[in-house]
Amino acid sequence: MSTMNAQLPGVFYRRPTPDHAPFVEVGGKVEPGQTIALIEVMKTYNEVKADRSGTVSRILLDDGDEVEAGQGIVEVDEV
Amino acid sequence: MNEVLVRSGGLYTTVQDAGRDGYYAIGMPPSGAMDRYSFVAANMLVGNPDSAAALEATYLGPELEFTDPRTVAVTGARARVTVNGDPVPQWTSLRVAPGDVLGFGALSAGARPYVAVSGGIDVPEYLNSRSTYKLTGIGGFEGRALAEGDRLPLGGLQAPPRDGLSVPEEFLPEFPEVVQLRLVVGLCSYRLTERSLESFLETTWKVTKDADRIGYRLRGGTIEFVEREQPFGAGSDPANVVDLGYPIGSVQIPGGNEPIILLNDAVTGGGYATVGTVVSADRDRVAQTGTGGHVRFTPVDVDTAVQARLDRETRLSKLRAVLGR
Repeated sequence: MSTMNAQLPGVFYRRPTPDHAPFVEVGGKVEPGQTIALIEVMKTYNEVKADRSGTVSRILLDDGDEVEAGQGIVEVDEV
Repeated sequence: MNEVLVRSGGLYTTVQDAGRDGYYAIGMPPSGAMDRYSFVAANMLVGNPDSAAALEATYLGPELEFTDPRTVAVTGARARVTVNGDPVPQWTSLRVAPGDVLGFGALSAGARPYVAVSGGIDVPEYLNSRSTYKLTGIGGFEGRALAEGDRLPLGGLQAPPRDGLSVPEEFLPEFPEVVQLRLVVGLCSYRLTERSLESFLETTWKVTKDADRIGYRLRGGTIEFVEREQPFGAGSDPANVVDLGYPIGSVQIPGGNEPIILLNDAVTGGGYATVGTVVSADRDRVAQTGTGGHVRFTPVDVDTAVQARLDRETRLSKLRAVLGR
């Protein structure tokens, strides 16, 4: 198990728009470079990309949560 | 080929120099490096004049490929900095050769790293400055933040390279948990109740996601305005006054409980009460406080503000002597 951290501070979103499904769900697979969340800061929405492959075991934040740089956002079981 | 190739622009990296001073009266804010101390130190390390244009990054640094031999230095926020993937020290002059790539990992403190390159970033001047003012798309590199594929022109070399020149520990900035900002109270602090002004100064404010070169929106306290009859020429919001020029660094609280510190790219005037002004030397500290960071305001008089500015210049002069520049 390992944690992927936010590179930016801001406001965390799990989905591209309020009407869309989340980028990833617990149990879902991620690949390096895959968008897993958005962080809003300085009036822009920045895509958070996975930096490793694995299966998502926990999502540590919810839509609208404030996030700090370096804070864990998802836990993955690496394959 | 006197260029640096931008392989990644990072989050928000702009060309900035000492600023576009002298045009405030026509509504043109100065722009320029927000953390003057780190910006000047970076230029000193690479042998540039203090005001040479450099790069100001935000949160995520750029990735830059050099095409000729240069000296570079990274100052400002604490970051993992690499050349060709190998970690290199900050606040140190580094020799780079054609093909070398300067890269950044995550920041561990601060918000804005500065990258100076010997010869300076040689974009065209606009109103005597190379600073980017992105809101109107002027100055800097095409008036915008850097993006992948950009080719930044560099100036000719003015000083022989000095590898391994390093800023001593005692000249490095600190990054405290709660950043103290000295504030000259006024011009419209009379609009706050006495109790509200006190609580404004006693509150530890949190920097929201809306914090950029234009201004920083803060949260954490409540504000009460004095009841009044709306003056002729002022808006109806309790925070409205008859239009005035906004000092750079001034703090206004438009309609609610969220103060905004106006910074280098802010509007130059308007109709919101400015309750105080962060002293110019402490805008360096604002620049290195990111979203999620905390600030407190300490009231000072104008003499103290002027002295703080002189103290910063004295510190830079001492650094210059230490570096032999």
